[in-house]
Amino acid sequence: MIDRPLLVRGPRLGRRAFAAGAVALAGAGTARAQAMLPLKIGVLLPKTGVQAFFGQSCQRGADIAPALLPELGYQARFELMNADTETNVDTARARAEKLINDGAHVLVGPFDSGAAGAIAQVAEQRGVPFVINIAAAPQITEQGYKFVFRNFPTSGMLVTNGFSLMKDMFAATGAMPKTAVFMHVNDTFGQANRAAIERLFPSFNMPFRILDTIAYDPAARDLSVEVAKAKATQAELLMVVARLNDAILLVREMVKQRWEPMGIVSPGSPGMYEEQFFTSLGKYSEFIVSNVPWYNPRSEVANLLAQAFKKQFPNDRMIGHIFNVGFTFEAVLGAVDAYQRARSTDGKALAEALRATRIEKHVMVGGPIAFDAKGQNIAIGSAALQNRNGEPRVVLPATAAEATPVFPIPGWTKRG
Amino acid sequence: MPLDLVLNVAIGGVLTGLVYGLMALGLSVIFGVVRIVNFAHGEMMTVAMYAAVMAFAHWQLDPFAVLLPVAAGLFLFGYGLQTSLINPFITRPEHSQFMLLVAIAIVTVNGLLMAFGPNARTVLVPYALDSIELGPLLVDKVRLYAAGTALAIAAGLFAFFRYARLGAAIRAAADNHTGALVVGLNVKRLYAATFGLGSACVGAAGCLMAVLIDVTPTLGPVYTLLAFVIVIVGGLGSMMGALVGGVLIGLSEALAGLVLVPSAKSMVTFALLILVLLLRPQGLFGRRA
Repeated sequence: MIDRPLLVRGPRLGRRAFAAGAVALAGAGTARAQAMLPLKIGVLLPKTGVQAFFGQSCQRGADIAPALLPELGYQARFELMNADTETNVDTARARAEKLINDGAHVLVGPFDSGAAGAIAQVAEQRGVPFVINIAAAPQITEQGYKFVFRNFPTSGMLVTNGFSLMKDMFAATGAMPKTAVFMHVNDTFGQANRAAIERLFPSFNMPFRILDTIAYDPAARDLSVEVAKAKATQAELLMVVARLNDAILLVREMVKQRWEPMGIVSPGSPGMYEEQFFTSLGKYSEFIVSNVPWYNPRSEVANLLAQAFKKQFPNDRMIGHIFNVGFTFEAVLGAVDAYQRARSTDGKALAEALRATRIEKHVMVGGPIAFDAKGQNIAIGSAALQNRNGEPRVVLPATAAEATPVFPIPGWTKRG
Repeated sequence: MPLDLVLNVAIGGVLTGLVYGLMALGLSVIFGVVRIVNFAHGEMMTVAMYAAVMAFAHWQLDPFAVLLPVAAGLFLFGYGLQTSLINPFITRPEHSQFMLLVAIAIVTVNGLLMAFGPNARTVLVPYALDSIELGPLLVDKVRLYAAGTALAIAAGLFAFFRYARLGAAIRAAADNHTGALVVGLNVKRLYAATFGLGSACVGAAGCLMAVLIDVTPTLGPVYTLLAFVIVIVGGLGSMMGALVGGVLIGLSEALAGLVLVPSAKSMVTFALLILVLLLRPQGLFGRRA
């Protein structure tokens, strides 16, 4: 659940009113949709391996959909066919093939850029639409694919939003670091973000220079060398593009090596706002900033999603899963919405319907869910989250802020 | 590059390498006597790591405090495994032995996945994030304790094989299988004791690793491979070779990360392996066949 009251301003939209509206939008197709065969949605996620936490977190978003979508007015029947990519690109490709062979009409997933690239090839070859929940490597939607749709920002969008928010944070706090070191995972996602940072950094006129860029293995079990190297640069700011386990290792090693830069900021990556990050690091997880797409606390759908999450997963805090749950739920929502309009499980018909998608009311910040000619949703925004009191709080943009940013951050030994 | 940075990284590499060495020591002991490569070695270490993690989670027991019981448990497990499953395979072709141990490894990984789930688990002892400052050097406290313990256990094992009657009997069985049978030694029991000792080593190494890294069920294969690389570099069957090989791999990984790029650490490990195989196929401390 989301453990603090959600901000809902302006006229409240009741669940029934929302459902009625959505049903009206769906139009006469609803009655026919009820009679149609169920849409088989193949959900591909890394439920084991290095990214297991993310995969299992995302799965919750898919699992909520069968109960919540009818409440939102979607009457089309659908079934989830779940598959584990095992955090392995080759396995992701094989599982996608198997899901299609087993009758999947549309694929959803897979959290990871490398896996997304592999699944996109399969989807394109087999003519089965693929709705990406989370994967930022820009090349995925630059291949001219006709069956690939991404409801997630590209690395360029992430970094652009991330840099803007960093500048806003420096302006808001009046503290300007002069130097930075950039550390990143060297998987497809990390490399794509690095390329975006190198391309966009000169045009952003940031107040700091990047002294060194240090890549590391996402499955690293020890980051002592990497942190020693970064510390030796004496940079005032640490920019990180991480996953989860590596982010935890990184902070632990910083504490051990007594490295206390002015701040730790992600210009757009997961890891440092996840539930496991807080439980593993306790007070050392505090004050770290992640500039990422986030749920919209003013969205009625986000509220309904929170209620459904609480009902279905009473032992979990939704705030620790909202990024993964929100985007995965939206991906399933996109597929079902397209099916309801297409009234067919045919791949081409579904792809055409997806291309015409326009979902005004959804979970994450940004404009309506819609895809451009390349299959990319270009209307997704970011927020600056700072870890405060054991949970990520929006500190920027000011219009959505739940707390004021703290920068420079307190040293490791000054945290009680 | 500042000297203190190089020294800090090198010390960290040596300390980690000593723990690697203890882990590989178990593999080397088993191969040196039983002539079987334990392809479930890393998985057994993972089991020990989970035992340490659980002891800490449920009873707040420090992994160093549970090291002996965990090692004893692994000894019994190894002894039982050798007696019940591996002994019948001793005279079978090597590929049969390989398949048996790989099957044990797969069963172990999946059993751990079912029991503990895929998420990483950690042991955060109160001093986990402490460091000892020695002038410009900053030595990781848990790494130092783990390395010291690994060294002490290795010394104990050396002494056992040199001075204890059982150790001498195991060496005799390893040197001359037929001769050992002729003088009335129960070789099957000795093999079981050896597998138990090797397993105890990896059990102890698992407790030490638990304070250094997070544990996941799928950690095993990586460490089986690492242990295998270490014993090949050090010399298959050589105890000293395993320890030195561990230090060498730990040090080379750390320095490669510093001098080259951190993501090339594993590449350097395997480059070292290729180099040793080319220049000294029997390993640094191995005997020529």
